[in-house]
Amino acid sequence: MSIRIHEDRCIGCGRCTEACPGNLILLQDGPSGRKAKIREVRDCWGCTACMKECPVSAIGYFLGADLGGSGSTMTIHKEGHYYHWHIRKADQQEVTITIDRENANQY
Amino acid sequence: MKNVKLKRSRLETDVLIIGGGTAGCYAAIKLGAEKELRVLVAEKANIERSGCLAAGVNALNAYISNGHTPADYVEYARKDAEGIIRDDLMMTIAESVNEVTEDLERRGLVILKDESGNYVTRGWRNVKINGENIKPLLAKGVREQNNVTVLNHVNITDLKVTDGTVHGAWGFSVRDLTAYDIEARAVLIATGGAAGLYRPNNPGFSRHKMWYPPFNTGAGYAMGIRAGAEMTTLEHRFIALRCKDTIAPTGTIAQGVGAKQVNARGEIYETKYGLTTPQRIFGTVEENRKGNGPCYLDTRHITAEQQGNLYHAYLNMAPAQTLKWIESGKGPKEQPVEVEGTEPYVVGGHTASGFWVDTKRETTVHGLFAAGDVAGGAPQKYVTGALAEGEIAAEALAGYLVAGRDKEALGDRREDAPAWTDYEAYLSHEPGNLTAEQLEEAMQKVMDEYAGGIHTDYRYNKSRLELADEQIKHLESLLPQLAADGPYELLKIYELRERLTVCRALIAHLLARRETRWHTFGENADYPEQSPEGCCYINSRWENGSFHIYRRPLVKGGHYEHTHP
Repeated sequence: MSIRIHEDRCIGCGRCTEACPGNLILLQDGPSGRKAKIREVRDCWGCTACMKECPVSAIGYFLGADLGGSGSTMTIHKEGHYYHWHIRKADQQEVTITIDRENANQY
Repeated sequence: MKNVKLKRSRLETDVLIIGGGTAGCYAAIKLGAEKELRVLVAEKANIERSGCLAAGVNALNAYISNGHTPADYVEYARKDAEGIIRDDLMMTIAESVNEVTEDLERRGLVILKDESGNYVTRGWRNVKINGENIKPLLAKGVREQNNVTVLNHVNITDLKVTDGTVHGAWGFSVRDLTAYDIEARAVLIATGGAAGLYRPNNPGFSRHKMWYPPFNTGAGYAMGIRAGAEMTTLEHRFIALRCKDTIAPTGTIAQGVGAKQVNARGEIYETKYGLTTPQRIFGTVEENRKGNGPCYLDTRHITAEQQGNLYHAYLNMAPAQTLKWIESGKGPKEQPVEVEGTEPYVVGGHTASGFWVDTKRETTVHGLFAAGDVAGGAPQKYVTGALAEGEIAAEALAGYLVAGRDKEALGDRREDAPAWTDYEAYLSHEPGNLTAEQLEEAMQKVMDEYAGGIHTDYRYNKSRLELADEQIKHLESLLPQLAADGPYELLKIYELRERLTVCRALIAHLLARRETRWHTFGENADYPEQSPEGCCYINSRWENGSFHIYRRPLVKGGHYEHTHP
């Protein structure tokens, strides 16, 4: 499991570099401007802190094949006190689960 | 050869807090009331999401309700730890967990309540929450304190200690070429426990998909050990029972929807082995050894609504598990959840491992206090217990400074060689064949095979442990060959150095406990039973190049003050 930062969506704001508890994300200048980059995909803990900070949902979360991953991507879209977790499967089927952050877990 | 020179930054403070996680942040918040004290929090990432709570937490596991008392909580912890707890420490935690829970709610944490406004509990010591944003709430509380300064992205490596008294620490920026020399009248260490000592469940691409944060390296233990602090019960390792592959929590399923542990033959096995944490894992290991695996939590009885609630609950703390269910097209209603034990960790919030402290959380190094997972003697702290210890330590630190106890041992401070000479050496080396990553893998392999990792079903014996010690010592001797290309690479070298120190101390402790006190956590093949002589704390101190072991009698209640061993 790890993250993938989509360069076309990244606006280079650097918020993810502050959110990562492992100092794993840095900003790098490239041909299309300043973009966030993960140093080493294998070092990601999978906490999703960076995804919650990203203002443009540029960070996708995926399960490595060693965890049973089959190519799906999960992203977070924030809306007020809601988190919409979108899962897009490799066959393009989509599932969305909405979390109301003002509600507690049932378990 | 390069000749890298770091910019020097010298800072002075009254209290230095090393590590801005759960306990460190809460101590900083509480020290906010001591307006005349300057407080500095040094954190290697950013306190916003650093430490154990980055992803959130599903529940508060230490809250006393339904007619129970703090003494009941102490008894629960004692039973789970087979007697090896510090009554004084456990009681001070148990007396505070409800108050800190209410404070968390005031800070904005969502806690489930019933119609009459009471917390909804799971059993008698657990409240249901939405803990996804618990760390940002704590970070906000820290930023609100005018006397607290936060130094994010600074990694502390060594304590400054003269004649048994701490007076600051050395560190470096993980972002630019700056070395820090911090002078402090007192220090609180709150760096958390140690993950990544053993080869993990998923050693390849998902090597960091582990229970405990892979960024918690045991830095505090390592600094304390090198400074000559007494450590306790490191051999009480923690191994979690987790959902296979994703290493997501199982308590949410076991207690949340009443799933039983079953083997591949469909037999409920949990009743055969018992329901304490180590027994649940021991049962799973034993069933696998007998050829009855894989083992599962049987969730097939749940309703569609319960399944939906599980998806929500896991998104708030371990999103990989929800993704796995959705991606595979089979939720827990259709298939049972396979479970496995993790690699062993050293973590004082779950077991009794860590600094040997007095009731006020002062370590055996004068002026050095410890709280949270780095402090020993008090297992089953969980989040609220770590907060409680942060508060207890903050109060003690303030008392220590107001009484001027830091001045007692002043005298002439010898300045040892500054740590930056080592930092600069690593930054100046030309890279050789060895890398920090290689040595980390080698360390994890040694620990897995010779010090009771997953590979041997957590079993070890004296011969294996002695080999482990020899090989870890050898890996330590290779550290000077490593080269750092920049500050982040320097961080990786120091994290490795910390883990190697913790491994050596852990091996010394495993050798010293000549019994099997806790199944799985300390499965000693030479001594497979409990022994009456094991009813004591195994403590250690690094002196003149080796670990000295002390066996201390159990502390029953009251107030504990340090005595020389």
